[in-house]
Amino acid sequence: MSMTTTTKTLLEVKNLKQYFPIKGGLFGRTVNHVKAVDDISFHVQEGETVSIVGESGCGKSTTGRAILRLDNPYAGEVIFDGENLLGLSKAEMRKKRQDLQIIFQDPYASLNPRQTVSQIIEEALQIQNIVPPKERRKKIADLLQTVGIGTHQMDRHPHEFSGGQRQRIGIARALSVNPKLIICDEAVSALDVSIQAQVLNLLKDLQRKFQLTYLFISHDLGVVRHISDRIIVMYLGKIVEIADKKSLFENPQHPYTIALLSAIPSTNLEKKRERIILKGDVPSPIDPPQGCRFHTRCPFAFDRCRAEQPGLYKVDGEGHQSACHLVENGQIDFSKVPSNH
Amino acid sequence: MNEPQLQPATGTPVIGGNTRAASWKVFYKKLSKNKAALAGALIVFIFVLLALLAPYIAPYEPNKMQIANKLQGPSAEHWLGTDDKGRDILSRILYGSRISLTVGILSTVLGAAIGIVLGIVSGYYGRWVDSLIMRICDVLLAFPGILLALAIVSVLGASTVNVIIAVAFFAIPTFARIVRGSTLAVKKLEYIDAIKAVGARDSRIIFRHILPNITSPIIVQATLYIASAIITAAALSFLGMGTQPPDPEWGTMLSQGRSYIRQAPHITLFPGLVILLVVVGFNLFGDGLRDALDPKTKK
Repeated sequence: MSMTTTTKTLLEVKNLKQYFPIKGGLFGRTVNHVKAVDDISFHVQEGETVSIVGESGCGKSTTGRAILRLDNPYAGEVIFDGENLLGLSKAEMRKKRQDLQIIFQDPYASLNPRQTVSQIIEEALQIQNIVPPKERRKKIADLLQTVGIGTHQMDRHPHEFSGGQRQRIGIARALSVNPKLIICDEAVSALDVSIQAQVLNLLKDLQRKFQLTYLFISHDLGVVRHISDRIIVMYLGKIVEIADKKSLFENPQHPYTIALLSAIPSTNLEKKRERIILKGDVPSPIDPPQGCRFHTRCPFAFDRCRAEQPGLYKVDGEGHQSACHLVENGQIDFSKVPSNH
Repeated sequence: MNEPQLQPATGTPVIGGNTRAASWKVFYKKLSKNKAALAGALIVFIFVLLALLAPYIAPYEPNKMQIANKLQGPSAEHWLGTDDKGRDILSRILYGSRISLTVGILSTVLGAAIGIVLGIVSGYYGRWVDSLIMRICDVLLAFPGILLALAIVSVLGASTVNVIIAVAFFAIPTFARIVRGSTLAVKKLEYIDAIKAVGARDSRIIFRHILPNITSPIIVQATLYIASAIITAAALSFLGMGTQPPDPEWGTMLSQGRSYIRQAPHITLFPGLVILLVVVGFNLFGDGLRDALDPKTKK
């Protein structure tokens, strides 16, 4: 289902920064910033699924929220369908929201407990004025059927549903306004593995049916491998590697990605991989390390990494990019690089 | 109807009728297990009833003086005795409950309404609006309630209406704080982000999504606040700054009976007991409500 042949860029994020102020002192001055997302750029083509992976606190969810302006970004541009979302007024943005939707992580917190399922979806239809009031109930029934919820359940409250069903209701709400892009923020992380697969397959079906574009945010490489066309790896507010799924999994070109991949449990006993265990903790995003942000934990770090921040180097002609000084002159075989740990 | 293309995610759907009725059932069950709360509810209910029926059940006109019968102790004719002007104390207490309950409820409703708006605005918008509103609340809360009320009444003049205004004013910061805290908790939930992502305006988010989800702490606080409003109103009247004689307010009755406390202690005793009873009633009921509305206390 790779649609990389489509050339239209739907979403382009340019130099996005999200700094959260830390207030302190007697008068609540801003004493410092948490640099949750620090100058990242990427693009998403129409119809593709791009995943952002990374450990907790790397800024992946913050990126999603910043694109939707749920938290207004500190700096940068978010160009959606040729229009900079950050330049829109509040009212224009409200209208624009029907093109960009989000599915949340926690199916227990993402539905208002006081509304019934049909009220939840009806409200979205009403706000964006998708169908005339008379046809709303029919539309709600259709949407629920599309996501696999029986129409006889439409007047129940969220607490009467299981986690997986609630997630389907959240998906129906997102779908109701006919969006072009859906940001799935850890959309299956809170579900059981068996339910995860069902919801992922549902998302894939819906993508085909409604020509959706997904920005899929997850920490779970297994899930990401299942659903993505391209993958963005983030570490401490920066993008460390961008590649299509195949080259990322088969030929990772950043030490952090290599470490992440080595943590996936393997069932293949023949092909034993060496597990790379990173030392130390993720440094604080308030005072990120100088130079390459990963150098404090990188087994291959050398002097240049401590002094100079790497840009995103092109590894091949296919759009594989990595922010590691070692690949400045093209791809290398990391297993041959001496580790200094 | 078409078959859904996909099976529902798990298991059979929960079978249940009206959920609102179900949650009321749980609430009622929790409340009815709490004997103290039931007693409180009963006291409140009885007083409300007495206040409503006062004109029909009071044996005498509350302000009718019968100087010949003054300072009589409790008897079959005057169950709770008479005061220094020969007025029937039972009748005055019954009519007084109308004033006290009205003052308690009206001032709470008024203060709560303003406090809720300020609290939601403060919690939802944050930043300097929040700082400003909360600092003003801090200043108001730093005054002892009765002093603040006294100050307001002395500016506006002593009357029942001004007592309501004064007591309501003091309720504002209390409610604003509670509502702000609850708003902060609710606005972080994902369903608020979800409705924002759909394109809802702030007013819709506040009134349709935040307010309905913070009603429990507001109801509890309001019930408890009625009790302290009644006490404050009685205290103001006792000091001569509230309801003016001859209107039968409980605090005013206490104040008038004060001079005869040696010869006729019942003049002060009965209004005092009634104030105690009503306040205890509202407090027990409020505590019970808090437990019953708290989803964390099961059973």
